[in-house]
Amino acid sequence: MSEKEKRYEELKEIVANYLPEDVPSQSISLESHFINELNINSANLVDIVLDVEDAFDIMLENEDMDKMTTVQEALRIIDLKIDNKS
Amino acid sequence: MAHEIIEKLPYSHPFLFVDDLQDINQNGVIGSFTFKNELDFFRGHFKEAPVTPGVILTECCAQIGLVCLGIYLLDAQVKDFEKPQLALSSSEMEFYLPVFPDETVRVESEKIYFRFNKLKCKVKLFNQSGKLACKGILAGMLTGVESGK
Repeated sequence: MSEKEKRYEELKEIVANYLPEDVPSQSISLESHFINELNINSANLVDIVLDVEDAFDIMLENEDMDKMTTVQEALRIIDLKIDNKS
Repeated sequence: MAHEIIEKLPYSHPFLFVDDLQDINQNGVIGSFTFKNELDFFRGHFKEAPVTPGVILTECCAQIGLVCLGIYLLDAQVKDFEKPQLALSSSEMEFYLPVFPDETVRVESEKIYFRFNKLKCKVKLFNQSGKLACKGILAGMLTGVESGK
């Protein structure tokens, strides 16, 4: 598994913790929109972002949060932050 | 300071559950409220045995612990901020003692985090004799609307 694939798996695990009961974790895909498709509310989205910070040891800003609408966008921002660190 | 914050609260009688704030800072707040005998819900909760409903104690904790503290924290962030937009997002409370009519309660709230407009706090409500009546963890979303908007 590549680094990026590992990050995707790790992100999916984090997101799965916050899915409402009627949304199965298999429904998470790259294209998934957190709020519109996965039914995650804005308060839980904040918790996802805080977990992402801990899991990947990065710091996210308000602008990053605003852009994190889909799984793909979240991964792009995570990759960017990790690249900027090294 | 306490007065200015209470002025900004979006509640009024009969759903304002904050009388005064004794202390407020970046990490938390202490406030108080008296559940006057005249409050309407005492007539029905319970029939002939008035006790403050748990949801109202939770509301009191949220108004002092989340909203007042949130307004204080937003004030430092948003320039000329006038009114807060808010929504409770989660509550997990445990109840220990009843609160009777005419009791003055003290709410203490300790910030867990305030990030990305979400404020999460540990709250405790003490009855008139200083005993813990309920405690829990509350979270809500808060944004400041700039004046003129």
